[in-house]
Amino acid sequence: MSNRNEMPAIPLEKLRFAQKDERLHDVKFETKPIGYFKDAWLRFRNNKSAVVAAVLIVLLLLFALIVPMISNYDVNFRDGFYKTVLPKNPALSGLGIWDGFKKQRETQAGYDYYTSIGIETGREVVRNISEPTVDATGLTYYSMEVDSYSKVGFIYSNLTLDEYRALQQYQDETGIQVIYPLQNTFLTNYVMGNMGANLWYKLANPAPTSDGLALYDENGKHIPNYMLSANASQADYKSSRIAGDDGGTDGQSWYVYAQKNQSGYKVRVDYYEFFKFKNGFEPVFLFGTNIYGQDIFTCLASGARLSFLLAISVSLINFFIGAMYGAVEGYYGGTTDILMERISDVLSAVPFLVVVTLFKMHLAAKVGALVSLLFAYVMTGWVGMAARVRMQFYRFKGQEYILAARTLGAKDRRLIFKHIFPNAIGTIITGSVLSIPGVIFSESTLSYLGIISLETSSMTSIGTMLANGQGYLSTFPHIILFPSLFISILMISFNLFGNGLRDAFNPSLRGADE
Amino acid sequence: MRTMGKYIVKRILLMFLTMFIIMTICFILIKMLPLPAVREMGRDVNLILAKREAMGYNKPLLVQYFLLLKNVFLHWDWGVGEQMYEALNVWDVLVQKLPYTVLVNLYSILLAIPLGLVFGIYAALKKNRWQDHVVSTLVVVFISVPSYVYAFIVQYLFCYKLGWFPLTIESLESTAFFSGRMLVSMMPAILSLGFGVIAGLTRYTRAELSEVLTSEFMLLARTKGLTKAQATSRHALRNAMVVILPMIIGEFIGILGGSLIIEKIFAIPGVGSLYVSAVNVRDYNFFMALTVFYTFIGLASSIVIDISYGIIDPRIRMGSKK
Repeated sequence: MSNRNEMPAIPLEKLRFAQKDERLHDVKFETKPIGYFKDAWLRFRNNKSAVVAAVLIVLLLLFALIVPMISNYDVNFRDGFYKTVLPKNPALSGLGIWDGFKKQRETQAGYDYYTSIGIETGREVVRNISEPTVDATGLTYYSMEVDSYSKVGFIYSNLTLDEYRALQQYQDETGIQVIYPLQNTFLTNYVMGNMGANLWYKLANPAPTSDGLALYDENGKHIPNYMLSANASQADYKSSRIAGDDGGTDGQSWYVYAQKNQSGYKVRVDYYEFFKFKNGFEPVFLFGTNIYGQDIFTCLASGARLSFLLAISVSLINFFIGAMYGAVEGYYGGTTDILMERISDVLSAVPFLVVVTLFKMHLAAKVGALVSLLFAYVMTGWVGMAARVRMQFYRFKGQEYILAARTLGAKDRRLIFKHIFPNAIGTIITGSVLSIPGVIFSESTLSYLGIISLETSSMTSIGTMLANGQGYLSTFPHIILFPSLFISILMISFNLFGNGLRDAFNPSLRGADE
Repeated sequence: MRTMGKYIVKRILLMFLTMFIIMTICFILIKMLPLPAVREMGRDVNLILAKREAMGYNKPLLVQYFLLLKNVFLHWDWGVGEQMYEALNVWDVLVQKLPYTVLVNLYSILLAIPLGLVFGIYAALKKNRWQDHVVSTLVVVFISVPSYVYAFIVQYLFCYKLGWFPLTIESLESTAFFSGRMLVSMMPAILSLGFGVIAGLTRYTRAELSEVLTSEFMLLARTKGLTKAQATSRHALRNAMVVILPMIIGEFIGILGGSLIIEKIFAIPGVGSLYVSAVNVRDYNFFMALTVFYTFIGLASSIVIDISYGIIDPRIRMGSKK
């Protein structure tokens, strides 16, 4: 057994240099390095709810950006006849949902009225009509679903000569009947909607005391009460006529389609088709309209765009101010910190409501409501961000690596921006993102209360839309439903997204709530 | 305890200093605004101008401020309403409105505290099980959805569709303040306010309790033979309460401020409505008084929270050097 340490004599010529002309160095990593953000991304990706929330936020953002551009309507659009029409989605109409029909309970007169519109226009105005029920007072009631678009029926319209000609030309080209015969009016108290333009049928009792019941023929049909050429003044009409009217070719009298008056031509038009003629597209309001006849879909997108714009600018500005202020406070500490803290203490103690009010009173007239609101948010909003940054600076500035960097001669600026800030960036970004829903929420609250008014001809805000719909909650809940739904989804998404970000940047805080 | 007393005094003094600064700034900013136009419909313009002269509106700013301070500190007189509640004492009107705000918020907190605690404790005990996930998901949803959305839902469902509650609250003329009818008429507002508070409290309780439940003294408690229920109620809950109770106390102070939007939706004649109308008609005396009022509530609640930490848990020494 030889000594283990004893090396056998190796002949010199067997020895050689391991590397003679090579330099020693570390081998380059084959794998890609995982940086701070990549690391956070890997964790974020695994948080399903946060990813879903992020996708939702992007979708809502796209909705807010794109819809006002491609929509047929804008915030200015107001239709006097399609007020409070129900949501209608052409893609789903065939299924009997989301098609603008509203369940109503109607008397016999109402039944006659709504069915008559259907008979004259050929569109489905009522459906699912129940068997009539008779209540204690002897009145007959039907429950039915009425199309809130078609139920507008006919309106009287005064057209200029050019419009009158254009409309006739439109009728000839498309083959769509827009102008319908005028009817004999009679003195009656029974006028349902549009100044009696829908009363084209004979009433059972044409006296002023009429209860609106229609006179039926022997087949149970409405009897037309159109104005005949023989007994009325009429304007020239050369376009298509409704079925059963030959325009006098058989020598009999024909229906009157227009009358001339001082301002132009009085015609009776089918509003649904007239809308198409006037605007060039079909009246379809995806989310319905509000009491002013504005398209809720477009207004919502426009209001959302405003909210996003405000919230993101506020968040960015506060990010910069807060980061600077907090960095100086936290890094220098001591008297500087105490003095600066007092300032932010005072600012944070001012109720936000008061700040908004004062900014509005002082600045809104000069720079506009939106800018004054932005100022108000910035005025006190950065305080929270500054506190967050300050805390991070206190956490990091005493650590050894900072000491090492300082010993190596790093200046304050380098320490702040190169060494401390990157470590704190995750918390700061999370704070910024989580402040966005707060701004959107308080903006909608303030405009709902009417403390600020962001309503102009080209923009609206979600709070204003809610305030406009509040009085109609019982009758037209859809006016409030969609803005509420939008803001709820937005808030939930932002909170989930923010929580996901926080967990991704600070895995040690997972599950803890601020 | 001496440091505690010193700390409290220091905080309160600091609070008054802050309030004084804010009051000064707000006063200057308000007085820089033009006075509301003299309404002429059926009113004597000269009378209004004379009234303003008498109220000192034409004096220099500093003199006016001194007058305000003198009136407030010596007589607790915040002036009289100029644009609304004309010639009525501002403070009296405020005090008269306060009970509505307080009562609605008090009821909603009383409803929320037990529910929030129960849900939070349940979720913490079932941590990472499906029950916990359900509660936590609901909490995120309920915390995120704005209170006015609840108000719309409650109003639509309970007031219109089911008809359980009246649309607006009863007036004091028709029923007593603490009567059942008043409570029923306040229910929609109480519910709308409650959802958010319940969710907030649940989240807080769950976070705190689940942290305590994993600590080592809980293991010790189990080792010495306590059942899980005993250990949880005697050790974990008490320790979690150190953090939860101050939050609840803070909520109680916050109820004075109330919720503007809920008061508007349910037409509650509270302080919030008073503020909104003061802003809309530009009554600067009311605005001034309410500004100070809201500032005070904000500052007071943060002080009370901080102090209550020290009182509930003597281990937390406030104001000590380290």
